[in-house]
Amino acid sequence: MIQEVGTTEQGDLVINLGPQHPSTHGVLHLVITISGETIKKVEPHLGYIHRSIEKMCESLSYRQFIYVTSRMDYLSSHINNHGCALCVEKGMQIEVPARASVIRVLMDELTRLASHQLWWGAMAMDVGALTPFFHAFREREAINDIMEETCGARLTMNYMVPGGVMADIHPDFQKRVKEFIRFFRTKIDEYDELVTGNIIFKSRMKGVGYLSPESAVSYGCTGPTARGSGVSCDIRKLYPYEVYGQLKFDEVTAAGGDCFARYMVRMQEMRQSLSIIEQLIDNIPAGEFLAKTKAVLKLPKGEFYSRVETARGEFGVYIISEGGTTPYRIKFRSPGFSNLSALDHMARGHKIGDLVAIMGTLDLVIPDIDR
Amino acid sequence: MNKEELKTRLQELLPSPAFEEGAEWTTVVTDPAGWEGFAWDLRGAEGLDLDYLFCVTAIDWKTHFMMVYHLTSTVYRHTVVVKVKLDHDDPVIRTVSDIWRTAEFHEREAFDLFGVVFTGHPDLRRLFMTDDWKGWPLRKDYEDPVNMIKL
Repeated sequence: MIQEVGTTEQGDLVINLGPQHPSTHGVLHLVITISGETIKKVEPHLGYIHRSIEKMCESLSYRQFIYVTSRMDYLSSHINNHGCALCVEKGMQIEVPARASVIRVLMDELTRLASHQLWWGAMAMDVGALTPFFHAFREREAINDIMEETCGARLTMNYMVPGGVMADIHPDFQKRVKEFIRFFRTKIDEYDELVTGNIIFKSRMKGVGYLSPESAVSYGCTGPTARGSGVSCDIRKLYPYEVYGQLKFDEVTAAGGDCFARYMVRMQEMRQSLSIIEQLIDNIPAGEFLAKTKAVLKLPKGEFYSRVETARGEFGVYIISEGGTTPYRIKFRSPGFSNLSALDHMARGHKIGDLVAIMGTLDLVIPDIDR
Repeated sequence: MNKEELKTRLQELLPSPAFEEGAEWTTVVTDPAGWEGFAWDLRGAEGLDLDYLFCVTAIDWKTHFMMVYHLTSTVYRHTVVVKVKLDHDDPVIRTVSDIWRTAEFHEREAFDLFGVVFTGHPDLRRLFMTDDWKGWPLRKDYEDPVNMIKL
């Protein structure tokens, strides 16, 4: 047990942030040791939303377990499903039809946009600007509507299944996505005008929460968190899956290592995602959307690991199979878990208000960390 | 380095390495004795430079535990998987949280869910479960009549 409240022997104050706090975006509980306003130590307490998904998956079949994974990183549920489907396909050596492959990438990038939009609104709210939150949710709504038409869901999609996707895209999908791209291109410039250049916002972000490239790698940080420190770690570029290898897009990195660098990486990533969607939306190949597979999936004895890039970083699925219909053991390597472990390192020496800004740029989703 | 070159390099570092064939990445199985030195070699040895530990987990094989470390080099982009076989009655292994900082949280998770003890860990406490929780939930023989639903 660690001290959770009161004063330490050195006269520092121990305070709690969360588990019910607007800036923690979920049930994250931080025990903070402060000297005056300066942070000396941050201790995350996890487990408030731990459902033991890995244990659950041990008794679910390879078709069923994908549904549970939508409930981990609920803002990247498509990409979580994608990682799991890829791992099963790797084990079964299932060839995914070209149409499904393109639909998957389109959905992934729309998810990334929606996730970054929510992050942008929440980030601005964390540092005291409430208006951007409503802007971001307005735009995010457009993506949710597109998803709803095709997947029937707005948050926990369960759309990607081993062998392809569950259903074909809605007849209006391409039209709606093209409309959205036109609409969002103007909005993202508005985002920049509204927040990025704001002098108060900049002074809250610049030089705060520095993470060196070496620390980023050592803490296992991935995604925009590590790329903000100049570490190249985009799985889409390093280990391309689906059609990412044939697409033209840049891996966005920034050298600053501070909150503002991480902010800029995500803003640029939104533009890259738009460009990926534009490249693919008119080039969805005709054909099957789901490969023919056996009714009961059995992975051969062995170990299979697949990795995908979610909006938060590298998501890994590690399946250990004994040849049965359920996994013997499954491990989800969630990006938020490793990113959170660097929080203490980044926050020390800063003020309490800065801690909220740092957490905002880590883009934490607590169910993804707790699993 | 490709798979064969990695194998040769690992053979130089470990007296009698056991390799697992047929895996996606070079997989080496070792035992907890000498793990500390080997881990430092993996991180720092010339040509290996495995600086990014992207996945740490334990597997309960009923007769023994297997700690699995997935390592990548951000310089050379090669990947090595190291497995360390632990005794089932007394799973103890030396921590690597001083080599790769990410291991601190991952090892706490393995301790919390499997009961694997990491010697030298700076803060080995339960991570997800409450401090007074009994048992190790991800072990195969774990029973919880209240919270577990058998399908």
